[in-house]
Amino acid sequence: MIIAALGLVEGDAAGALALWRAPLSFWGGYDSTTGRVIDRTHPAFGETMAGRVVVMPLGRGSSSASSVLAEAIRLGTAPAAIVLGAPDPIIAVGAIVARRLYGKVCPIAACDAAALAGLGEGTMVRLTVARDRLELVAD
Amino acid sequence: MRLTKIEQEMAAGARGSASAFAMEILLRYAEAVGAEELIEITQAHVDGCLYHGQVSLDFVELLVGKEGRVAVPTTLNVGSMDLLHPHLIRAPAAERSAGRRLMEGHLALGCEPSFTCAPYQTRFRPRFGDQIAWAESNAIVFANSVIGARTNRYGDFIDLCCAMTGRAPACGLHIAANRLGEVLFRLPSSPATESLFVAVGALVGEKSAGRIPVIEGLPPPESEDWLKALGAVAASTGSIALFHAVGITPEAPTLGEAMGGRAPSDVVDVTRADLAAALAKLSTAREGDRLAAVSLGTPHFSLLEFEALASRLVGFRIAPHVELYVNTSRETLAAITGSGLLSRLQAGGATVVADTCVYVTSILADLKGVVMTNSGKMAHYAPGNLGVDVAFGSLDECLASASAGRVVRLGLE
Repeated sequence: MIIAALGLVEGDAAGALALWRAPLSFWGGYDSTTGRVIDRTHPAFGETMAGRVVVMPLGRGSSSASSVLAEAIRLGTAPAAIVLGAPDPIIAVGAIVARRLYGKVCPIAACDAAALAGLGEGTMVRLTVARDRLELVAD
Repeated sequence: MRLTKIEQEMAAGARGSASAFAMEILLRYAEAVGAEELIEITQAHVDGCLYHGQVSLDFVELLVGKEGRVAVPTTLNVGSMDLLHPHLIRAPAAERSAGRRLMEGHLALGCEPSFTCAPYQTRFRPRFGDQIAWAESNAIVFANSVIGARTNRYGDFIDLCCAMTGRAPACGLHIAANRLGEVLFRLPSSPATESLFVAVGALVGEKSAGRIPVIEGLPPPESEDWLKALGAVAASTGSIALFHAVGITPEAPTLGEAMGGRAPSDVVDVTRADLAAALAKLSTAREGDRLAAVSLGTPHFSLLEFEALASRLVGFRIAPHVELYVNTSRETLAAITGSGLLSRLQAGGATVVADTCVYVTSILADLKGVVMTNSGKMAHYAPGNLGVDVAFGSLDECLASASAGRVVRLGLE
């Protein structure tokens, strides 16, 4: 499927979908050394997000989240891609900096997340984030 | 994106590869926030000295390697180290060394060694109407609300990109029309106390839901430090970047002006019980619990606050098992050292910490007992981030508790 989107970080990725209804602050909520969600109040608490395609409504909280996401991308413990319900500059900056410093790409798109509602948790997908759209294929 | 000639040159690398690197990231960010152009800023405040992993060092050291220099006066937020009193920090050697390298990297870029979360109480205080790019939630809300300078909430990496280019995306609170009040809080008539301001801040943060709050009925504060406390806790419980207090803050001479003549989207009639409940949420400890430490100066203590503290330490005796920490900037520390205030504070049992804060470093590690503070911000974050039990109290309650060695309440203020 092709969805109109704002491509905050362009690129390709593949992974199992993780559909979150709740926002997460990567700072205090994500362990960059393991890729695990450590926010006890989050529905995905305890799960590893390394290599997953995370769909989340929006980011939350501290701007230090940029650093935590960038560090996770550096270490290879970050999600494979992040699809946001609304543009989130803090998440975008983390991925922009990691790509610029390490050449490691974690594509970030903002779109109407309802377009993905038909897909189930854990579905394997391949995606391409372009400037104005998100192309997604379920395996 | 519409760029000026200078901005185009920066992006193209004609003004050095460091500013080109910073401009590239800034333009990407500007796109993400929907800005169509950049504005010139007069100063920046950078929160880049806290170590969040190798990426923190790699980012600043790349700019240093490109021989970058900040384009506008740039203050630094607290670091992980007290460079003046390094023995206070209990952290592994590797972490200490990374923290020190981060601080030194920023200095190599030309940032000022201010190392404070209250840059508005240093000689770099901005003026009304100044366009600035600031990080650190309490500094942002103070600059916007109490001074009337204009900044959005900047953070990691982008604060330094703004400093390196002297630019910020033209959007949000940089634009006058976006600074008007949206939700109105009407307060019950109350005597002016330090704790009232913290209660109001905690409540307004919690209930504003992303809108700009206007507070009506706030009594005049004894000093701007009470507004500092209000903003700091509001930014903690609710990411508030700007509040208006009618008759007190500069963009709110009247309710009508604060709202820009519009009706509020919501009116919250605050009761005394609401305020008491907001304050109660800031304590996980109970009256009588054993106290381990009192922490003052989150945000950093001002000269006025030190004077108020010193006057209360006459004849004061601290319980032997209690530590009394006061966090401040090295600029304020120099002032109280020169005036002899510091030795009076030390004689009263206080340990003054500069450049950092007990809240972000490991100074409070291994404590057996409750930490008490007059900071709503610290009380809000410490249980989650430091894993300690806290009690919020006024300065007088903090000192009475430090003396008794347990949490003491002085009754309703």
